[in-house]
Amino acid sequence: MFSNPISELSASIPPIAMQWYVIAMFILVAVGTILDMLHKRSAEYFFENAKKAQKSAKRTLSGGEKTSLAVQTVASEVLTSSEFKNTRRRISHLFTMYGLIVFIVSTAVLVFGYPTEADAGIWPFLWHLGALALAFGGYWFWFAIRVDVASEGVKWYNFNGRGDLFIVGLISTATFALLWSWTMGAGWVNWLFFVLFVASATELFGSVYWSKFAHMFFKPAAAYQKKCIKADGSRENLPEDYDLTDPAVQKRFPDIPEYMGTNPPNMGLGINREPPRHY
Amino acid sequence: MPTFVYMTRCDGCGQCVDICPSDIMHIDKVTRRAYNIEPNMCWECYSCVKACPHQAIDCRGYADFAPLGHSVRVKRDEEKGVIAWRIKFRNGQKDMDLLAPITTKPWGTCIPQLRDVAAPNKDQRDSELLYNEPKYLRLDDGGLHTLKSAGLKLKEGVYY
Repeated sequence: MFSNPISELSASIPPIAMQWYVIAMFILVAVGTILDMLHKRSAEYFFENAKKAQKSAKRTLSGGEKTSLAVQTVASEVLTSSEFKNTRRRISHLFTMYGLIVFIVSTAVLVFGYPTEADAGIWPFLWHLGALALAFGGYWFWFAIRVDVASEGVKWYNFNGRGDLFIVGLISTATFALLWSWTMGAGWVNWLFFVLFVASATELFGSVYWSKFAHMFFKPAAAYQKKCIKADGSRENLPEDYDLTDPAVQKRFPDIPEYMGTNPPNMGLGINREPPRHY
Repeated sequence: MPTFVYMTRCDGCGQCVDICPSDIMHIDKVTRRAYNIEPNMCWECYSCVKACPHQAIDCRGYADFAPLGHSVRVKRDEEKGVIAWRIKFRNGQKDMDLLAPITTKPWGTCIPQLRDVAAPNKDQRDSELLYNEPKYLRLDDGGLHTLKSAGLKLKEGVYY
């Protein structure tokens, strides 16, 4: 069930062709990302935003602080997708993200390291595990979480053009990869799944310019900038995070001690108590 | 002037879509981020601005509030039970902070049961007071009311 599918494929397709395909996909992602950045001018936007924030900053961040904020961003927003306030969406995103990473890494290792060996250690297992996680997170998102389904009345069978290019690419790549691996030796059915797998992967990696694939590059930048504006005090004109037990805050805003006491209690989850389903 | 969304901040959670009384905050089908579909119909009630967990929504305020070009930003912290406002004039010099307890009642608890209320009589119809106006707002009866003078108390667990 978890055998090395690449070694079985190498009987029909030379490993060098597979390796060139992987390199071509890598180049497509890099070119797509650069074109996307040029078209949306996202890098320019972040630099201009940073400059604007610097003007109203109350203090300058040292190099060490910036590094620490970058590490925090990687540990929190990137590795655990903490940006998502919706728990279901966060879990689905984690499955999809880690599934894709494990799937891509194990594919590269199998294609370049074990193209002909049936016994490739743990890598074939990781290849299947990555594809399964990707399919699980992807289908969960598609059938239950796609925000359009709830707020815009878009049904699960409606393909939403550019908005769905990325998720369709992910789901179909994972699904056809698994079907191809599990029908090995089944003749034309197996070849059909292989062709569909290659077509889906090409669509996924080749459509970066049009799809949402590029979000993985600018989202961490946005999260890092959000941390920086809090640390340097510019805060994009947002109010401070006041400590309600601080006597100076209580003196400045006398309504707080008058109505909430000098040690205000935690008032509960508020709007996060229930998911947004009132529309 | 209407609300707008900082796309890099928005995560498409749908809280603004949920709360907008005009139903004009929607999720873009391509980018999956919130946006104001009909700016002409936005009356700047600030519901979405306050509901956004990422402070991704901003509003260009009118000149009746402060000279044009100002910034009015709000952060509603429900766990602390307070709402903070910051008003900054375009010259950057005048920069005001306000902080107050949230007094909004829980969702669904303040729907007026008009069926059970007697219809207004002629005097009430001719009066300048709003029908069914809460007594705490009536300035003709004891001047300006505060929570304390009205005998009200903030309760734990405030939401919406």
